[in-house]
Amino acid sequence: MIKKAFTKEHFVKYILIAFALSSLLFLFLIFIFILAEGIPLFHKVGLKNIIFGFKWAPTKGSFGIFPMIISSFLVTFGALIIGAPLGLSCAIYLSEYSGKKLKLFLKPALELLAGIPSVVYGFLGVIYIVPLVRNYLGGPGFSLLATSIILGVMIFPTVISISFDALMSVPKTYREGSFAMGATKWQTIYKVIVPSAKSGILASFILGMGRAIGETMAVIMVAGNALRIPTSILDPLRTLTSNIALELAYATGDHRLGLFSTGVVLLVIIMTLNYVASFAIRRKVLK
Amino acid sequence: MRINPQFIDKIVKIGLNFQAFFTVGILVAIVAIIFFKGSPYLNMEFIFSSPEDMGRHGGIFSTIVGTIFLVLLSIFVATPLGVGTAIFLTEYTKESWFTKTIRFGVESLAGIPSILYGLFGFIFFVIKLRMGWSLMAGVLTITIMILPTIIRTSEEAIKSVPRNLRIVSYSLSATKWETVTKVVLPSAGPGILTGIMLSVGRAVGETAAVIFTMGSSLRLPTSLMDSGRTMAVHFYILAREGISMEKAYATALVLVLSILFINIVAYYIMNKVTSKYS
Repeated sequence: MIKKAFTKEHFVKYILIAFALSSLLFLFLIFIFILAEGIPLFHKVGLKNIIFGFKWAPTKGSFGIFPMIISSFLVTFGALIIGAPLGLSCAIYLSEYSGKKLKLFLKPALELLAGIPSVVYGFLGVIYIVPLVRNYLGGPGFSLLATSIILGVMIFPTVISISFDALMSVPKTYREGSFAMGATKWQTIYKVIVPSAKSGILASFILGMGRAIGETMAVIMVAGNALRIPTSILDPLRTLTSNIALELAYATGDHRLGLFSTGVVLLVIIMTLNYVASFAIRRKVLK
Repeated sequence: MRINPQFIDKIVKIGLNFQAFFTVGILVAIVAIIFFKGSPYLNMEFIFSSPEDMGRHGGIFSTIVGTIFLVLLSIFVATPLGVGTAIFLTEYTKESWFTKTIRFGVESLAGIPSILYGLFGFIFFVIKLRMGWSLMAGVLTITIMILPTIIRTSEEAIKSVPRNLRIVSYSLSATKWETVTKVVLPSAGPGILTGIMLSVGRAVGETAAVIFTMGSSLRLPTSLMDSGRTMAVHFYILAREGISMEKAYATALVLVLSILFINIVAYYIMNKVTSKYS
């Protein structure tokens, strides 16, 4: 009887280890298969010709994705310029100014809105933001500006939720100490609270960037997908993610490999961002 | 000249008030627009009749069924894997290089954007494993995508079960697995359920990872090897190809309402749990 229980325990343990290893296996498979499809073209065409190439004509042997790399970073920074200050000040309001009841209502409400699918953001961008840009500022409307606005709104929930947690984790004694020295509320916030929550706030920005740079469907709908580096914020552009999604369904041969090379570059950028973000968060915990 | 700090304080307070309501206002406006533009076209017929003429006429029944199949099957596969991983990480090991490696894997999976899941699912399941654009390929891709959420929320839920419960169980000479199944999991159940609901919400709204694995056939999928279309994919195609604005708004409304409903249930469950232990 006792022996039976023991073997069952062991059996369960091995099953659970196998389950736990499955995540690693999936990560491994994702890397292997994207790299295996994406790397050969780097050998064939040359790393430099892909990453620093200006011309994307995959059926004619040109696989330059430099304009898309630049565009991906441009929309990400655009999103950050719009989303970060608004998101952070909203987080400051929630943690320092709002009453407890409002806090209990607003925080989950904002997190609920994080669940709105990206296609819906893209659609509303096409209906409302694109015509606004076209009519009042000029250009085709499908532009860096419109994309940045949509992505900026999309990263609100990420920025707000994570910087709110960072602000709330600042010990109450810091605030009391500052007030005791006669500082006003705002002086306390920007000289004491925000600096102590700095790494958490930074992490919220980086994770927001990660969301913006990886976003696909919303970007396809509002960016205009032109194949060049935009020279003004009213120019259309194409990001790495849109390039994959626009052409994957019908691409064959080297063309398809080119899309996987795009995927490899995207994967490297995202992994770097995530690593930096987790480093920032971990430093906060250590402190 | 030095400006009175009390004065700055007041200005900042007004500014932040205004700004916070502006931010929340934008997000509320998104839901309101979808609601008011979509509700005139939403009726029983729209939900229960199948799309005709690429979705220009008829309803969205086959895409609702497609969504339900995809999401339920993915949850069915991902839940045992995810909860099992969480149990292993919290109950069966101490912190070591092994658990750290697994956590690193989970974190990395969580950070991968959905288009890369689509790219992977396309090359691995659709092409290499020769599943073609199918429900099966979609389910497996979405399973991997939602796994990190289920693992992390389950881990949190299991960790929050008081240690005393475990000690009592062991003192009654229960084995580890008996303790896990009869004591820990029932107490952690609602927290785990929250994670599952949040994953359901994410899967329902997903487009990029679904369109390249499950495809976008408008026919009702009848087997795992059939292609099918989810509501999110249908909405994307309606809107992007300008097939019908009315149908697009109505589809968006069904989509957003179901996701909000799922997430509200998730938060309701979570609130009950947190108030129970604090």
